[in-house]
Amino acid sequence: MSNPRLWLPLLVFAGLAAAPFLGLGQGHSLTLLARGMIFGLAAVSLMLLVGGAGLVSLGHAAMMGMGAYAVVVLDHAGITEAWMVFPAGILAAALFALLTGAIAIRTSGVHFIMITLAFGQMAFFTTSSLAVYGGDDGYTLFSRTEVFGARWLENRLIFHFVCLGLLVACWALVQVLLESRFGRVLRAARENETRARALGFSPTPYRLLAYVIAGAMGGLAGVLLANSAEFVAPAYLAWQRSGDLLFMVILGGLAGPHGALVGALAFVLVEEWLSHAMEHWRLVFGPLLILCVFFLRGGIVGLLRRG
Amino acid sequence: MAETLLALHSLRKSFGGLLVTDDVTLDVRQGEIHALIGPNGAGKTTLIHQISGTLAPDAGRIRFLGEDITSLSMPARARRGLARSFQITSVIPSFSALENAALAVQARQGSSFRFFRAASREAALNAEAMEALAEVGLDARAGTPAAALSHGERRQLEIAIALAMRPRALLLDEPLAGTGPEEAERLIRLLSGLRARYAVLLVEHDMQAVFALADRISVLAQGRVIATGTPAQIRADAAVRDAYLGEEEAL
Repeated sequence: MSNPRLWLPLLVFAGLAAAPFLGLGQGHSLTLLARGMIFGLAAVSLMLLVGGAGLVSLGHAAMMGMGAYAVVVLDHAGITEAWMVFPAGILAAALFALLTGAIAIRTSGVHFIMITLAFGQMAFFTTSSLAVYGGDDGYTLFSRTEVFGARWLENRLIFHFVCLGLLVACWALVQVLLESRFGRVLRAARENETRARALGFSPTPYRLLAYVIAGAMGGLAGVLLANSAEFVAPAYLAWQRSGDLLFMVILGGLAGPHGALVGALAFVLVEEWLSHAMEHWRLVFGPLLILCVFFLRGGIVGLLRRG
Repeated sequence: MAETLLALHSLRKSFGGLLVTDDVTLDVRQGEIHALIGPNGAGKTTLIHQISGTLAPDAGRIRFLGEDITSLSMPARARRGLARSFQITSVIPSFSALENAALAVQARQGSSFRFFRAASREAALNAEAMEALAEVGLDARAGTPAAALSHGERRQLEIAIALAMRPRALLLDEPLAGTGPEEAERLIRLLSGLRARYAVLLVEHDMQAVFALADRISVLAQGRVIATGTPAQIRADAAVRDAYLGEEEAL
């Protein structure tokens, strides 16, 4: 049991499942936990890129944005049925990832960071200019997504467990992918691209597929985020949000998807706690993040492993 | 005469004004070890790079198994059965020795677009990878991460990786570099045993090893092949003595 890769996430999932029954059942706490799980899901998908494929994307918030704006577009058209909304959000993000990834994957390192940032900003400014969906001001959803016409997702407890279930599913998927033949090629090409090529692997199709899978999961997180807030704004796609996601992954540790999960939850909870504790909380949050980068080389997960 | 697997025709490559490969023509046949020797800077590694596909030649053709592969990418050449080892050890450091070899098996077996089964538990991959490790005498270290292997063991692992690809031809760039005398001896025995099954192009500085192993030797000096022949012919060649062997007093 010395490997936190499995027991740590299971512990976190158990904690999240028990939380509503341990005095965290009030509205605000559950909303906060849902937010943590949604960003956890997005961070786990980004982890597939950063930790698995070695692709440091600074445009992952755009994937969430695609999912969130798919909810908006359908809501505006009067469609709120989950069996339409969820696939639409996932497919929109996957398609965006495929189109932008086909170009971005040709670059690497800093260039990849810059080009994903550029695509993310393109999406940001596009949504800002969509007057019909509120432009800069954002769009308030008519209602949460419905399941067969039933308004289950309005129930915070049900929504809590929907988020948890999808988070567990995505974590498990990333975990399985990284261990598969596909993931092995991704990891090999990250560590030593020349060796992978000399063996006969051309890394591009593997990386592109990883980018699309991560994008699709980001889209799913976006659909959930839109439902959680019942509001969508271009700020969801801002590059700062992409930076936050990247930071969650690094804060948690790159040893596996469990790192991203822990990093995201820690990030969301500390952010919430600090913003209540003091007015100028960003003055503390920023330096705190910098200290983490300096002193937590293996992330929070690395700390647990040593301890 | 045995079948020619790999043939270079009038290969040329220059970096700026420096001609590093000057009209090189040579071939490697099934069942032989063809050694490529020459002083430092003669262009040996550059030539290996062009054959494996890391560098594109400026002119000339490369044929492998009867097919012109000059414009193919490195992965495409590897998939046709051209395996190489690197002068500076190139393995996947965090992968175990077994995983490194299993990755090569996976590359040869075709589809790696398989998503749901743990690759480390695929018996078919592991069995073949283990065979390759056993062949180079590294089976006892199968579970050790490549980063934790000794330098000599990593050299062995490079060869195991190449063997796990089940190639037709092997390009070995200084496989003995940096190994101690005992490790070198073991590697020489190993390489000698490979001869029957592959066509081997061997770049090596260790002259004792070259003359012990090679069926034919080509001597490269300033990018040109100045002689090709059996070890005995090369020993007797006056031009080779002038260009190379004499000055190093290797013989």
